Amino acid sequence: MLPKDQLAVVLKDKFQDSFIEITEFRGMLTIHILGEEVVSLLRTLKTDPRFAFNFLANITAVDHLEMGGHARFSVVYHLLNQHEVRRIVVRAWVDEENPRLPSATPLWNTADWQEREVFDLFGIEFEGHPNLTRIMNPDYFQYHPLRKDYPLSGRGERDNFKVVKRSIGSKWQDRRSFE
Amino acid sequence: MGVDRNGKDGWLTTTVDSLANWARKNSLWPMPFGTACCGIEFMSALASRHDLARFGAEAIRFSPRQSDLMIVAGRVPIKLMPVLTRIYEQMPEPKWVISMGACASSGGVFDTYSVIQGIDNFLPVDVYLPGCPPRPEAILDGLILIQKMIKKDSLRHYKVPVEEADV
Repeated sequence: MLPKDQLAVVLKDKFQDSFIEITEFRGMLTIHILGEEVVSLLRTLKTDPRFAFNFLANITAVDHLEMGGHARFSVVYHLLNQHEVRRIVVRAWVDEENPRLPSATPLWNTADWQEREVFDLFGIEFEGHPNLTRIMNPDYFQYHPLRKDYPLSGRGERDNFKVVKRSIGSKWQDRRSFE
Repeated sequence: MGVDRNGKDGWLTTTVDSLANWARKNSLWPMPFGTACCGIEFMSALASRHDLARFGAEAIRFSPRQSDLMIVAGRVPIKLMPVLTRIYEQMPEPKWVISMGACASSGGVFDTYSVIQGIDNFLPVDVYLPGCPPRPEAILDGLILIQKMIKKDSLRHYKVPVEEADV
């Protein structure tokens, strides 16, 4: 694995303007990149023997609505090199207007459900995904609830169901007494 | 009920109501709708230490068609609410519902878009058990309340309204 400065030079050379920066937090490197180039970066990190990150541990996303950042959303990929036990983070920045990314499913099959989860909760679409449907919320759900502009208690989804009454006579309705 | 001293030995006089209620209240067949930790606590109420069988309710059925007491134990998310309604409708009359624990009764700490804020918004609930989760003693208490309720019932209450009988 290359040290931070060399890695930045290599990636800058390869990805030009798409590459943003490398940050470090407690020894863990984070590569920031524009969304459309993320899969070629992931492919490099997977196939290049200098990196050999063979395992995709996690995909998640962050909504930087009021936090600041390079764009509104960042999709975060945690990679693991199982031979040397090294980890690295890739942060792909996505704009608010058209949140789209290429899918990582050609590289790792495990990206399938994790990208569906990001799509369900953040509304980021992954191009080339084999089955991009909601994974946790019901299919009729209209919003993407982990976005920061979605209210915590929802927009009435939990209040709109069929009300069932007691099916037997009117005396039955007020039988709630024990003594 | 009373023993008829004047007639032949071995006769009881009673009303149809009290005989039916006596039979019903001492053999409730619960259906646990356990979705969270309350379900675990309900299991311990069934086990030997607390022993729900003392109240005649040990025959747990996981089919709504074979049970008359639904115990909703745990939080109910929006994806599960139509399922819960359907299961309630599949239970034969007469039927009773216990809403067990804070989550089923009010949503509990889960004041979020995906958790129903109390199943009594959509279902008729007979007994609420407070607690997070309620102890097995509370479950026994709730069952005894249901039994008291059944004791007050009358078969005359089971008149099906005309408009519903036509369906």
